[in-house]
Amino acid sequence: MHASPVAPSMSAEQSGPLPSEQRVVNDFSIQVGTVNGSGSQTANNVLMRSIFQMGVPVSGKNLFPSNIAGLPTWFTIRASKQGYIGRKKEIDFLVAMNPETAREDVMSLAPGTAAVYDAPLNLNELRDDIHFYPVPFDKLVAPVCPEAKLRKLVRNMIYDGVVAHLLGIDLEEMRKALYKQFGEKKKKAAELNWGAVLAGRDYAEKNLVKTDPYWVEPMDKTAGKLILDGNTAAALGCLFAGVTVLTWYPITPSSSLAEALISYLGRFRHDEETKKATYAVVQAEDELASIGMAIGAGWAGARSMTCTSGPGVSLMSEFIGLAYFAEIPVVVVDVQRVGPSTGLPTRTMQGDILNNALLSHGDTHHPVLFPSSPEECFTMAQEAFDLAEQFQTPVFMNMDLDLGMNNWMSEAFPYPEKPLVRGKVLDAEALRQLGGFARYKDVDGDGIPYRTLPGTNHAAAAYFTRGTGHNEKAGYSEREDDWIHNMDRLNRKFENMRTQVPAPDVHYMEGARVGLVCCGTSRYAVRESRDQLSRERGMNPSWLRLRAYPFSKELEEFIDRHERVYVVDQNRDAQLLMLMRMEMTPERIGKLRSVRYYGGLPLDARTVTDEIVRQEGL
Amino acid sequence: MSTTPAPPRKTNRIGLDVLPYRGGRTTLCAGCGHNSITERLIEAYYEMGVEPWRVAKMSGIGCSSKTPAYFLSQSHGFNAVHGRAPAVATGALLGNHTLQCVVISGDGDTASIGIGQFMHMLRRNVPLTYIIENNGVYGLTKGQFSATADVGSKLKTGIVNEMHPIDCCLMGIELGATLVARSFSGDKRQLSAILKAAIAHNGLSVIDVISPCVTFNDHVGSTKSYAWMKDHEEPLHELDFVPGFSEIEVELEEGESRVVVLHDGSRVLLHKLEHDYDPTNRFHAVEVLHEATRRQEVLTGIIYLDNKRANFTETLDMVDVPLATLPMERVRPTRQVLEQIIEEFR
Ligand SMILES: Cc1ncc(C[n+]2csc(CCOP(=O)(O)OP(=O)(O)O)c2C)c(N)n1
Ligand code: SF4
Repeated sequence: MHASPVAPSMSAEQSGPLPSEQRVVNDFSIQVGTVNGSGSQTANNVLMRSIFQMGVPVSGKNLFPSNIAGLPTWFTIRASKQGYIGRKKEIDFLVAMNPETAREDVMSLAPGTAAVYDAPLNLNELRDDIHFYPVPFDKLVAPVCPEAKLRKLVRNMIYDGVVAHLLGIDLEEMRKALYKQFGEKKKKAAELNWGAVLAGRDYAEKNLVKTDPYWVEPMDKTAGKLILDGNTAAALGCLFAGVTVLTWYPITPSSSLAEALISYLGRFRHDEETKKATYAVVQAEDELASIGMAIGAGWAGARSMTCTSGPGVSLMSEFIGLAYFAEIPVVVVDVQRVGPSTGLPTRTMQGDILNNALLSHGDTHHPVLFPSSPEECFTMAQEAFDLAEQFQTPVFMNMDLDLGMNNWMSEAFPYPEKPLVRGKVLDAEALRQLGGFARYKDVDGDGIPYRTLPGTNHAAAAYFTRGTGHNEKAGYSEREDDWIHNMDRLNRKFENMRTQVPAPDVHYMEGARVGLVCCGTSRYAVRESRDQLSRERGMNPSWLRLRAYPFSKELEEFIDRHERVYVVDQNRDAQLLMLMRMEMTPERIGKLRSVRYYGGLPLDARTVTDEIVRQEGL
Repeated sequence: MSTTPAPPRKTNRIGLDVLPYRGGRTTLCAGCGHNSITERLIEAYYEMGVEPWRVAKMSGIGCSSKTPAYFLSQSHGFNAVHGRAPAVATGALLGNHTLQCVVISGDGDTASIGIGQFMHMLRRNVPLTYIIENNGVYGLTKGQFSATADVGSKLKTGIVNEMHPIDCCLMGIELGATLVARSFSGDKRQLSAILKAAIAHNGLSVIDVISPCVTFNDHVGSTKSYAWMKDHEEPLHELDFVPGFSEIEVELEEGESRVVVLHDGSRVLLHKLEHDYDPTNRFHAVEVLHEATRRQEVLTGIIYLDNKRANFTETLDMVDVPLATLPMERVRPTRQVLEQIIEEFR
């Protein structure tokens, strides 16, 4: 039942252990199979960090079950001197700690893979084309951890020492990574764990003979870079966007975003003199309430937001339609997981693209931002608030579990230089000068009306907000002309966003007849696939990464300049492609092809490459 | 040209006449109980001298929920989605906790589709006035039973309700509202006093007002009709409200009245009907409600009052000025803070 998600690679042809003189340096993946709740996260992060600190680009992906403890979980670290940080399907180096899956994990490996395993499991009996390294973890942990109940946790640290020795990871870097992980306050725990690393290293030094080809050597590609997950980055983006109201309801994979934001707000957002909060957070009773509160707060003029995932977005549908129609700013961060229904709660998918863009009944559409990296989570969160207030409308930030919950190597975040965009708000003074205002009148021809905030001390400030038909003065109206006038203005407003939302990231290749289009985390697989296509098939496609909906003219130009354009989707129904088709001329639509992956794991380059090769008939 | 000066207009203590307290023309049926409630609201806000611009009027969906359009034309109103005004109101108070918030809801809006939000609003003691215009039916969708319809109550079509009703006052007391009252749209004096007490109260006031629907639920067999209410209303006490800003002129007779002081110094005078009724006694409040139900009486008055519990926005300990008005310098941390955080991920 708990089969490893790793598909066997068919490429390697060796049938026995390789001689070690042929080194593969800084270009491999390590997979650690452990039991959920065994504290392996710490060991894995320390391992990844120490490679990162040696200057080697890394990424870490945690594949975990939807339970709290006791089920199998896998963590994959990819080291890539080329800087590819997308998922790599093939495993080069296995650490098999979970007796429940160890045999299957080993059976699924390609020949030539290295495997560190818990000695009593006797995995070496399974195959003779793997570089096996047995380690008696229980025997090693006892002397370094006298307290029996801590051994389960400390035991994992031993494989860090073993792997460090086998791969040539600088032990000093590992020590630094470990102490950073534990922090100042947990010096004792750090010491204990460091003892386990050394025990692993010593054992490996004395007892294991390296036969695999994988090595880590110092590089200089990570200087100044950060390692963090997208949810933390997005939380920071919201913090620096000046969020004042957060309302939320727990759901994987968005909870850690709210929790990170709450902790930052607690640390950095209290008035210096009075110590009072410059924010409010409410854990609501459900998503209906969380979006309702966020909308109420946005209406009152707060920079308000909620974060959720697919099931929560489904519940928010009615309220989002209201916010669209009544023109109330609010930011909704959707960290997507696999649906429909409860789906695969801890796996990743880009399955809410259409629902974000079109949520609710009637004619509704919403701007959607597609961050693809922690850095963009940071900057786009700020753009989301600015757009919401500028356009007085709900704005979706469409993330996914891969981005939100996995660790990514990232550029450092730039301090926001742009002042907050608060949009067209009239205060009492402005009303005194103007004499009054009409809430839904298109004064400037951009479709964006002016608003006043409740609590404005002027007789003309008040207006009535409703989800029913209204005229320019916000009066109730069922007149056909009022309705059409209003709906057309809303559309004009939306059209105006095309040039205001983040523009796509475009790379034209000379002479390219084929283009690739994607959004969000598909970026990494697509970028690597482009190189694979070029290297392996002599194909040199251009690529464009969408950063927002509504789409801008760059996308149309891109399609015009290519004969065929592959739209890469991480969902079954080609949602990104569908959204593009909704707006395109038949001629452009005719050029679009679809590449889809929907297995719930992060998209990998090989999947994209294979599909394009198949469709191109190469 | 005439030289006779216009007679001075009547104004309230902040110098406003009644006009800004009025709203648009009602589109509800003539005789609908909801219209009387609107009238009392206009009076209450006028007499209390509330600044209209400080009030936020919220509602859900239903005939009842149209009410905010009919009073306080100089206040921001928000007609949200069905049953979810509590969330929107809570959010508005997070954005600006200095607003005076009133929510007008129906029995369908509150006790059916919105009951989840209603309960959580109670639990939070959100500082607002929550009025349930309770007619036992869905007016706007033409007369289906709501969850407050009494067992045995009959629809015009002859359908009899078999289901046990939800008592919003009982829920209010049980779950944390700090002022709970029941009244009748036809009882001008009592409703006025209760509304004023609610406006003065610094916490969540839940006011369940029996408000007959003349079109769908005012016939023989209905337990939410004018006729039924005339025969079955049982006031707990007679009420007088003395606002904090006026001198107390009424002489209190020992043993005849009970005085309850509200947050702003206003007083509610409870004249004796039930001997020594103490609205701060939660257990007794629940008991009298159950007892009245058993006797098929509709108990009206201020049933429960708790002046001590902190309200929701107080517990959040926000800065004094509304969050909505904080300038960038107060909400965007400094460059140094960003540097410090970034260092943690290096
Ligand atoms: C989600 C949703 N479901 C159903 C409706 C239809 N609807 C409109 S008003 C209403 C009932 C209102 O009843 P109540 O709150 O008792 O108010 P009344 O009209 O009796 O004053 C219903 C069911 C709706 N507007 N929204
Ligand atoms: S239908 Fe009933 S509740 Fe609605 S306005 Fe008419 S009388 Fe009032």
